[in-house]
Amino acid sequence: MLDDFILRAALAGLGVALAAAPLGAFVVWRRMAYFGDATAHASILGVALALGFSLSIFGGALIVALVMALTVSTLTGRGYAMDTMLGVMAHSALAFGLVAVSFISGVRIDLMAYLFGDILSVGISDLAVIWGGAALVLALLAWRWQALLTATISPDLATASGINPRREQLVLTLSLALVVAVAIKVVGVLLIAAMLIIPAAAARPLARTPERMALIAALIGMLSALGGLLASFRLDTPTGPTIVCIATGLFALTNLAAHMQGIRPRSPASRT
Amino acid sequence: MPQLRERHPIMRLIETHEMDIRLGQTPVLSQINLHVDRGEIITIVGPNGSGKSTLLRAIIGAVPASNGRIVRAPNLRIGYVPQKLHIDPTLPITVRRFLSLPRRHSAPETTQALHQAGLPDLANRQMSDLSGGQFQRVLLARALMEKPDLLILDEATQGLDQPGSAAFYHRIEEVRQTLDCAVLMVSHELHVVMSASDRVICLNHHICCEGKPETVASAPEYRAIFGSGTGGALAIYRHDHDHEHDDTCTHEAHDA
Repeated sequence: MLDDFILRAALAGLGVALAAAPLGAFVVWRRMAYFGDATAHASILGVALALGFSLSIFGGALIVALVMALTVSTLTGRGYAMDTMLGVMAHSALAFGLVAVSFISGVRIDLMAYLFGDILSVGISDLAVIWGGAALVLALLAWRWQALLTATISPDLATASGINPRREQLVLTLSLALVVAVAIKVVGVLLIAAMLIIPAAAARPLARTPERMALIAALIGMLSALGGLLASFRLDTPTGPTIVCIATGLFALTNLAAHMQGIRPRSPASRT
Repeated sequence: MPQLRERHPIMRLIETHEMDIRLGQTPVLSQINLHVDRGEIITIVGPNGSGKSTLLRAIIGAVPASNGRIVRAPNLRIGYVPQKLHIDPTLPITVRRFLSLPRRHSAPETTQALHQAGLPDLANRQMSDLSGGQFQRVLLARALMEKPDLLILDEATQGLDQPGSAAFYHRIEEVRQTLDCAVLMVSHELHVVMSASDRVICLNHHICCEGKPETVASAPEYRAIFGSGTGGALAIYRHDHDHEHDDTCTHEAHDA
């Protein structure tokens, strides 16, 4: 028999996985993995600010994540050496966030809850935020799907058809900030990027179209969330990291299976 | 643009006025005045790094003009075939799915498009598994899905062998007939250019000369770039760099 908090945790995990996985497909296709990391790490600063000013954690994290994502996305267009820039921003945001949190006296803060998530303490209002955010992200992606996909394959092809690639980038940036903000409670800032990238990467060998990859990624993400919850309950391990471990196990499984069957997609080098 | 139509009884699709383009700090194109009318095949020729691709990208709207302006006919539909397209290996996509970008088309429509492209059996192949020639033909087929008014091709036959490229140009001529669209292309294959274009624009950071193929072929500016003896067909690899007809014109080949 399921306890109430387990049910809430399961619903929270499913909600995050459902939104993170299709967005994660775009993160993988557009090679934005580090971008996701920077945005997620920056959100700890948002948590600190929210605690300091007694705002909602979700709101604080969302705003800082959004600012970070917009900054990075603007700089990308200007041709900076992005990996270095992202490395600086991701880690400094995390460091500043941690320092800022330490200044907040009064309430004793369990930092671990924000770094690695605290899915078992999800309340009804958290659930509302998570599912509201997830629904918004899914609606955005579904609405812009064709344009996003075209812009991902080639910004010039998109422009020629009257699509503004910068606006589509903005849609992804906004979705990313939303996912980060809703996922803090579930997997914590350090592992959000994992929920984006690992299910999508695990789905890649099983898919022949972009839609199928996003769908399979969502299923793998949800399976990981439920499996991780169950395993952490049985083994008494931290839930967020356990979810990521299960997802990684599935990633290894699908890629290994594809490799053994020889259905692994050929590299573009074989085209010529 | 109503006033545009009054002035030009033929359907004008694109017109640029004194257009300058900079990429970062580097001026790439200056004082570009050109126009494309419905039904024309126009070829842009010029040495490497002369701004040909940049000009096409400006026309599709991917590069802003730093000066001057560009006028497009209202609701102009552009079909663009880029010089190369790299699809990230992490992105699975079949040929049929690729044809449905950016607008979805029914399975019979994509099947028909592949038939016309001469690739009837490739619908369910991954884009990454296509040969160079197949890939180019799929790119063209995708550009044609929207029935464009203007087809823009950037060295679309790069990497194709002689028969492959001949078939490709034959297909473009056919498309012009059926869709009554204009074709604006960059090409290095001068023999094809000279036989298949209505107009040729010789570009080297500015428009050196333009006109009917035979006019351009005998223009001193053109000969200065492409040589004269062979009618230009083989001369592209040994262009002279010493002509002067304009202070701003330097015919140095550099990669943009």
